[in-house]
Amino acid sequence: MTAATPIVQAPIVQARGIHKHFGALHVLKGVDLVVAERELVFVIGPSGSGKSTLLRCLNRLEDPSGGSITVDGIDMLDRGTDINKARQRIGMVFQSFNLYPHMTALGNVALALRKVLGLDRPAAEARARAALERVHLADRAGHYPGQLSGGQQQRVAIARAIALEPRVMLFDEPTSALDPELVGGVLAAMRELRESGMTMVVVSHEMGFAKAAADRVIFMDDGRILEQGPPAAIFGNPQHERTRAFIGQIERH
Amino acid sequence: MTNWDRFLDSFFNLRVAAEYLPKIIEGFWLTILLAGCIILAGIAAGLALAVVRSFAIRPLNWLIIFLVDLFRALPPLVIIALLYFGLPAAGLSLSGFAAAWLSLSLVLMAFTEEIFWAGITAVPKGQWEAARSTGLRFFQTLTLVVLPQALRMTIPPLTNRTIAITKGTALASVVAVPDILGAAQAGVSFSFNPTPLTLGAIAYVVLFFPVVILGRWVETRFAWKR
Ligand SMILES: Nc1ncnc2c1ncn2[C@@H]1O[C@H](COP(=O)(O)OP(=O)(O)OP(=O)(O)O)[C@@H](O)[C@H]1O
Ligand SMILES: [Mg+2]
Repeated sequence: MTAATPIVQAPIVQARGIHKHFGALHVLKGVDLVVAERELVFVIGPSGSGKSTLLRCLNRLEDPSGGSITVDGIDMLDRGTDINKARQRIGMVFQSFNLYPHMTALGNVALALRKVLGLDRPAAEARARAALERVHLADRAGHYPGQLSGGQQQRVAIARAIALEPRVMLFDEPTSALDPELVGGVLAAMRELRESGMTMVVVSHEMGFAKAAADRVIFMDDGRILEQGPPAAIFGNPQHERTRAFIGQIERH
Repeated sequence: MTNWDRFLDSFFNLRVAAEYLPKIIEGFWLTILLAGCIILAGIAAGLALAVVRSFAIRPLNWLIIFLVDLFRALPPLVIIALLYFGLPAAGLSLSGFAAAWLSLSLVLMAFTEEIFWAGITAVPKGQWEAARSTGLRFFQTLTLVVLPQALRMTIPPLTNRTIAITKGTALASVVAVPDILGAAQAGVSFSFNPTPLTLGAIAYVVLFFPVVILGRWVETRFAWKR
C-alpha cells in the first residue's frame, strides 16, 4: 500500500514582486504575499506604508505597476481575465463600510447576487438573508444603513461580501471607524468567519484579535514587507527596530 | 372719463377679455405642451450627457464641456433667433414651435448636465469601490448604485432650473408661436387694448404658482434628508 499522498493545495493568493507608483510616488516596492487556504494573515504597519494599496491591488481596485497576482488560480493582471468575474471570488470590507444608503440591508446584500450571479429576486433574497443571519443581523434586513449603528453597518458589509461565497476576504481596517463599544461585534463576526474556514487578509491594528486569531502577522514599512511571522514572534520578539517601535506605539494606545 | 376709468378700460376691459379669453386658453395649453416637451427632452439629454461624461473619454468630454458652456453662455433668445431666422438660409426651416423647443431644450440640457454631473461626482468614491469589488460592472454600478444617490441630490437644483427654463417659453412668442404671450400680444394688436396681456399674466400666474410652490416643497422635503 502506498501512503496517502497529501493533497498539495496551491495558495489562494500569490502576489509576487508587486510595485505600485502614484505618479512619482513609489508606494509598493516589490511586495510578495502568498496566502494559503484557510490562512488568516494580519497586515500591520505605519500610516502610508502601503497596506491599503496592497489590498486594493489584490482585487485590482488599483492597477499594480509591476509584478504578478493570481487569486484562486486566476491571473488577475492578465488582459484576458474577466475582472468582474474574478472579483466575485474576492470579498472586500472597507473602513467606511460603504453600504448603499438607498437600499435596505437586504437590498445591499442581494444586489450583486442578482446582478452579478444572475439569481432571481427570491433566490437572491433568500441567500442574502442567510448571509445576514451569519452576522446575526437577520432581524435588521429591512433597515436602511442610516438606521443601523456603525458596527451593524460593518456587519452588513461583511454579509454583502460573503454572500457571494468568495474564496478570500480582504479587510481594510474594518474596525477603525467604529466607536470602541461596537468593535467587539465586528471582530466576533470575523472570528466566526475564520472558524468557518475562510481565507482572510486583514489590515488592522486590533492586536488582541491578531494574537488570538492570526496565523501570521506581516509588518509593512515604506512599501516593503519588513518582517513577518507568527503573532507571538512579531509581537513578542520583533527583529527589527522599526517593528519594535511601531508595536510599542500601538500597544500604548 | 376719469383716469381710473381709463385704466380699467385699458387693462380690465370685460368685452375684450371675453373676446380673447378662448385664444389665451389655447395659448395656455400650448405653453404647457411646449414646456412639457422642453422638460422631457432637456432633462433626458442632460442626463445622457452626464452619463457619457462619466465614461471619462477625453475628447468626448471636451466636446461635452464645450457644448454645455456654449449653451449656458448664449442668451436663449439668441439661440431661438439663430435657429428660426438663421437655419432657413441654410435650407432648413423649423416651425416657431420647433425652434423654441429645440433652443430651450438645449439650454436646459446644458444646465441639467452640470447638475447631474455634480451629483455623480458628489457620490463618495467608496460607493464605486464597494460595488465594483462585488463584481458589478462599471455601467451597473453607475445605474444601480451611483445614479440613484446622485439623482436624489439633484432634485432641488433641477426643480429650480426647470421652473426657470419653462418660464422662458414666453420667448416662443417672438417666433410667432401662439403660446400665452403670443396669443396675448396678438389680441392686443387686434383689439388695440392691453386687456389680453392682463389675461396672459393671469394665465402665467395660474400655471406657475403651483409649480413654484411645488418647487419650494421639493426643496424643503429633500433638504434635510441624509
Ligand atoms: N489614489 C492615490 N493617488 C495618489 N497617492 C495615493 C493614492 N492612494 C494612496 N496614495 C499614497 O500611497 C501611500 C500609501 O497609501 P496607503 O493608503 O496604501 O497606506 P496605508 O498603509 O493603508 O496607510 P493608512 O494606515 O493611513 O491607511 C500614501 O502615501 C498615500 O498618500
Ligand atoms: Mg489604509
